[in-house]
Amino acid sequence: MVWARSIVDRAAWEQATQRLHAEEASLLGLWAEPGFAYMALMQSQTCEVLTLACEENRFPSVGRLHPPAIRLERAIHDLVGLEPEGLPDTRPWLRHAGPYPFLSAEGESLHQIPVGPVHAGIIEPGHFRFTANGETVVRLEARLGYVHKGIDALMVGAPIERAAQLAGRVSGDSTVAFALAFALAVEAALGAGVPPRAVWLRALAAELERLANHFGDIGAVCNDAAFAMMHAQCGLLREQVLRTADGCFGHRLMMDRVIPGGMRCDLAREGERLLRALVADVRTRFPELIELYEDTASLKDRTVGTGILSSALARQFAAGGFVGRASGRGFDARRSPGYAPYGGLQFEVPTVQAGDVNARIWIRIREVEQSIGLVEQILRGLPPGPIHASPLRSSSNGAEGVALVEGFRGDILAWARIRPDGAIDRCHLRDPSWFQWPLLEAAIEGNIVADFPLCNKSFNCSYSGHDL
Amino acid sequence: MRRLLLKSFVHGPLTEPAPAKDDAALAELAARVDGASRKRLGRTLAIREVDAGSCNGCELEIHALNNVLYDLERFGLRFVASPRHADVLLVTGPVTANMREALERTYAATPDPKWVVAVGDCGRDGGVFAASRACVGGVSAVVPVDLHIPGCPPSPVALLRGLLALLEEVTG
Repeated sequence: MVWARSIVDRAAWEQATQRLHAEEASLLGLWAEPGFAYMALMQSQTCEVLTLACEENRFPSVGRLHPPAIRLERAIHDLVGLEPEGLPDTRPWLRHAGPYPFLSAEGESLHQIPVGPVHAGIIEPGHFRFTANGETVVRLEARLGYVHKGIDALMVGAPIERAAQLAGRVSGDSTVAFALAFALAVEAALGAGVPPRAVWLRALAAELERLANHFGDIGAVCNDAAFAMMHAQCGLLREQVLRTADGCFGHRLMMDRVIPGGMRCDLAREGERLLRALVADVRTRFPELIELYEDTASLKDRTVGTGILSSALARQFAAGGFVGRASGRGFDARRSPGYAPYGGLQFEVPTVQAGDVNARIWIRIREVEQSIGLVEQILRGLPPGPIHASPLRSSSNGAEGVALVEGFRGDILAWARIRPDGAIDRCHLRDPSWFQWPLLEAAIEGNIVADFPLCNKSFNCSYSGHDL
Repeated sequence: MRRLLLKSFVHGPLTEPAPAKDDAALAELAARVDGASRKRLGRTLAIREVDAGSCNGCELEIHALNNVLYDLERFGLRFVASPRHADVLLVTGPVTANMREALERTYAATPDPKWVVAVGDCGRDGGVFAASRACVGGVSAVVPVDLHIPGCPPSPVALLRGLLALLEEVTG
């Protein structure tokens, strides 16, 4: 996959914004460094990255015409200080200082419910401001940024090994996917090849991560409808995946296993046996759980028709993962732009139209089945050989690479520029949640407050991945 | 559902075996946690988890403590929804500048006597994020910490081991 790369003027930047506005292209990312703004977009099968030199630290706002860019531009203003001209919302986003004016809702008998940043459960911090009419949510506005760790800034000047560790900690639940996206971007920048065995092992780790997260989510969504049995059963499957991952790669979440140039460690000797046992177990037990979900009317009563996300919004925001696929957007980065070894593997990208909590559960169920099939195929086709191409050498000045990887919650964009001395000059990682958080606010509208946990869990956006 | 319930009934609990002298760490810990907590804390210890900036990796493993294999509650350890109900704050992450006030307020809302456990390498000293201007540092940079549980993230067994160490400190 070759990314088109161009340095553009304001007119071309605005023309790209128009293409986004007309939905001819999807926005993949928008970030900046002092003096320059970057936009990544995808049109049919072509991916491109545009750079705009910002005179007087200003650039034409993309969010002015294309709302999905608004929060990205607020973040750019907070972190880099560039000013998006015409940005309709100029409140700070990742930089918290002083009181934050929430958007208003007007009408009779409205009341506000503030929630967070410290929540009742074991989850990440964020603030939700509900405006409700009785039980019905009139408006939800999220305020994020609480777990902003300054990752973009830490990346500047970091040696590649340290930068890879940071990339693997952007969002812990997607550590494999982020590490992979970062590695692919670095390898693209340096023109480095990766041994075939490492390519396949990376896919194996990525599918195990997908399985663990989907099992956890399916159980947790049901638990938020007070159906604890599903939670217990899915929690058990998740734990088995994590123990298998530990047995295969020596770390339950497989942190720091994918590194630029290949893999840090090979599949453990007993790995194949553990994986076969896991696959067999899931194939026996998961169908019973699907049946349990499908046959429990009281549970379906909570999930069907709840938190509907329209396909128009999913398309406009280019929502990735189960959020997009449950609302008819069948995008999957493993397919398009695609990366090895998925081109040679058989799998389907499930899509439904309903857009409700039930649909987002079903997409996960179908993806579990696909990932199990992929693990089997990887076990059959895993090539022998080395697992790391060494050493990585930096080439010319300003070598730059970009990659799009399918994490469990959607497509992750990684962009990196490498100095001649081999350290990272600049790196930006965009979590899928950037384009999913705003949609949660739309999906909850008109639902009752008590269904918010259900909706929220069915989206399962990352706070840390978003806050960077 | 009936079939699954029946199966669970016949199969018996999946929770990993009760402590035995020669068993692995988890089982051994189980007995000690139980004994110590009964002695001092009326058989129960209420934990409030606070994510002060973590990557969510620690949260995943803390969650796992509640699954049927680890079943934390059998030791009398349970997670509560409010700091006002808590004996222990289990805090993860490098504390970010944006979470500092929330952590301070959560600590202030927890009644005495209280203990703070900092979880993970980031909770100790900021970990890989230590150099960031957006982070304040480890948990102890903001609230007094009684115990650190290292790891990135610590495994559920390591978390259990850490909670045991806290109990010993408390009873000592």
